[in-house]
Amino acid sequence: MNTYTLYLNSKRCIGCHGCVVHCKANKNLPVGPILCEISHEPLKSVRGVPKTEFKFRSCYHCEDPFCVTICPTGAMKKREDGIVYVETAKCIGCMACAGACPWGIPQHNPETNKAVKCDYCMDRLDAGLQPACVTKCTTHALKLVSMQEV
Amino acid sequence: MKKSIWSMCGICTVRCPIRVEVEDNTVTWLEGNQHILKGALCAKGSAGPALVADKERPQQPLIRKGGRGAGRWEAVSWEFALDYVADKLKTIIEHHGPEAIMASSRGGPFHDVVKAFTHALGSPNYTDHDSACGRNVHHASLSLFGLGRKGFIYDIKNAKHLVLFGRNILSSLRPAEVNQVMDMLDKGGKLTYVDVRQTLTGIKATNFFQVRPGTDYALALALIHEIIKAEGYDADFVEHYTSGFDELAYFVENYSAEWAAKECGIKAKDIHELVDQLIGDRPKVIFHPGWMLSRYNDSFYASRALNCLNALMGNIEVEGGLVFAKGAGDCGGKGPRSLTELSPKPAAKRADGVGEVYKQFEKGTGLFHLFYQAMATAKPYPIKGIICVRHDPFSCFPDPQAQKEALDNCDLIVSVDTHYSEFGWYADVILPESTYLERDSMIALQKGMKPRMIMRNKVIEPQADTLDLYSIIKGLATRLGLDQYFPHSTMQELWGWQLEPTGFSLTDFEKKGFVEYADKPVMYDRDKLEGKFKTPSGKIEIISQKLTEWGFPSWKPYESPAKPPKGKYRLVFGRSPLHAHSQTINNPLLNEMMPENTLWINTREAGKMGVAEGDFVDVISGDVTSVITAKLTDFIHPEAVYTVHGFGRQIPLQTRAYHAGMSDQKLMKGQLQNMDPVGGGLNLCETFVTVRKSSKNHQRKVEL
Repeated sequence: MNTYTLYLNSKRCIGCHGCVVHCKANKNLPVGPILCEISHEPLKSVRGVPKTEFKFRSCYHCEDPFCVTICPTGAMKKREDGIVYVETAKCIGCMACAGACPWGIPQHNPETNKAVKCDYCMDRLDAGLQPACVTKCTTHALKLVSMQEV
Repeated sequence: MKKSIWSMCGICTVRCPIRVEVEDNTVTWLEGNQHILKGALCAKGSAGPALVADKERPQQPLIRKGGRGAGRWEAVSWEFALDYVADKLKTIIEHHGPEAIMASSRGGPFHDVVKAFTHALGSPNYTDHDSACGRNVHHASLSLFGLGRKGFIYDIKNAKHLVLFGRNILSSLRPAEVNQVMDMLDKGGKLTYVDVRQTLTGIKATNFFQVRPGTDYALALALIHEIIKAEGYDADFVEHYTSGFDELAYFVENYSAEWAAKECGIKAKDIHELVDQLIGDRPKVIFHPGWMLSRYNDSFYASRALNCLNALMGNIEVEGGLVFAKGAGDCGGKGPRSLTELSPKPAAKRADGVGEVYKQFEKGTGLFHLFYQAMATAKPYPIKGIICVRHDPFSCFPDPQAQKEALDNCDLIVSVDTHYSEFGWYADVILPESTYLERDSMIALQKGMKPRMIMRNKVIEPQADTLDLYSIIKGLATRLGLDQYFPHSTMQELWGWQLEPTGFSLTDFEKKGFVEYADKPVMYDRDKLEGKFKTPSGKIEIISQKLTEWGFPSWKPYESPAKPPKGKYRLVFGRSPLHAHSQTINNPLLNEMMPENTLWINTREAGKMGVAEGDFVDVISGDVTSVITAKLTDFIHPEAVYTVHGFGRQIPLQTRAYHAGMSDQKLMKGQLQNMDPVGGGLNLCETFVTVRKSSKNHQRKVEL
């Protein structure tokens, strides 16, 4: 059972892409891998005002992730709280995970030659903090929410 | 060992308070100060460490070897570079006097060192970039309130209605302000957005007016007309605190909503609806008078009209309105000392003519572009040396080629900057300043509803052979025998001296990273605002005594802006939330997100030219042709084409930014002195460019 998900309050999101860079800076990523995305539909006029809303996407942390099954070295793992993450020491950079993922979520880090992906900043979570994208979101539009069974 | 340090961002000039975690001289975490920003930071802020690590910024002092702009440099030591600059300055002083030297720096809290140095030399010629930014707004505010543009704080979060004319507030991105706007919207506040195109700000708007370029003043006048006609203004406030209302009422008589609708290309019904909303929301309505309003021939008057609307709303010193910016004195305290106290202001007249020829402009910083005239004509006297500190006039002002021709009359050009600037590339000497994460800065007072002292602490040691600004200036001062004006040998000593009169010490900054003079917002009694407006009459002067004295009308009769000639478009520019103008284009992380700009063209206009989305187009002005990718949109006025400012850089050592995208200011041929005669701002949106499908859209690509 997944515990968390990232929720974007699109009313507050201004499309500044801060989250993308906060994530990269926190994980010390070089130019290349991008672990979350802000996107929007083309503008449409709503009562005279051209409007659109922003959407946020990172890893879906699947219930039954193909990336974990396909990983030949067991580097791709799923924690009990549902977080799918890369154990970097075991990763050989074959990127089978990216091929298996329907959305191509895992990214190749050219500096380390390993796979890298959103892990909800689990080191920060474990230290009682919030993910980088949430902590530093320019307008506090992103939230990490705990899911409850209903 | 891990350390947590309070400091201040410096990737742009918003200067957000930050908290930085450092381990082994490396930044491991960086966030907005929790006490002010609750952690929030923009993309640029997070890209700071990438700037530090970037080898494509000057790594040591450089002295030009080849011709100016040829890009041949000799790397030298700081001793050598400072000796070299000091010797050249001495020679200029000997032959032409100290006033032949001018200096420019970023405005804001840290201009003190550079201004003090200029005065210590004996030159009155300190200036900054503001004639390409907020001068019109500043002078408009002075003429009305007797207070500059920073004299008021906008209490946006408590407002019911925020009206923005071309102020793309969410992209320009001052995080604290942006959060106020979002909080206001969350609480049901309304946003009215007026621009020639739709923006990230406009998509959040309640009311959106896509106006014909250059007609802001028309719409503002119509709002005044309709509000007066409906008697929807705060009559008590107007009666009590303003002068010249009747003249205004007479002046706007012909500027009705129906007239403006025609002029701006919008619907009169929508203007009436807006007026009804504004009257209902008064006094908690804020008309933003513009930030960077160096745009059209009448921008000064547009800003004056917007501020006048604030007065009509009676929104001064009320929650959700314009609140007087309070200083230390308003809280019974004293502010920190500044270095300019030590160096007397030189008696010589300014070379830009400000205060003499141009009495209407404030003398403090003058107007940079007017110095180019002094360089070219040696009148009123020659300018032979120029130092620009963290300021790139070639990226900032129109027509860099014309600027270079004027600069060729100088014997010394020095650039002090953290990165290569276009100006620096043409300079004789580049003195690389440490990035904001590698340097301490002076303590500064930030006026506001709760005034505070802010400071920047060095969080890591410099990664290259760079110095902080105070050390660079002190190094020059020492060599010129001006030690007494910069007596402090370390930043700690300087801070201690600054803080002496305040009664606070450095330890007071440890808790939150800043020191506040008040626990809660300080508000004046709104019934006793007499004396708070620093105009000659002490009132809000709708008809300004000073403007009258100087021979300028307080209200200029509206003139319809020129339509672009056939085949041409009005070039307008703006900002992206991902870049701080030209300063960050080469930042590895920000360049990855936004490597180049595009040209926004109205879809129908593009159709006429046979231009499709993603095509290359030529943009031509005079002898300059730029090639850029077209972006088609229905939501830009057909008379305008738009691009993000800062791109089209030509510094080979900046490999990511080199020739990426297009520079708007290089296309502003012959516009360097096209200035608003009353406001002093440059008319940066008065260039018409030819746009055509480029021959770079190849039909054939033979590969053998």
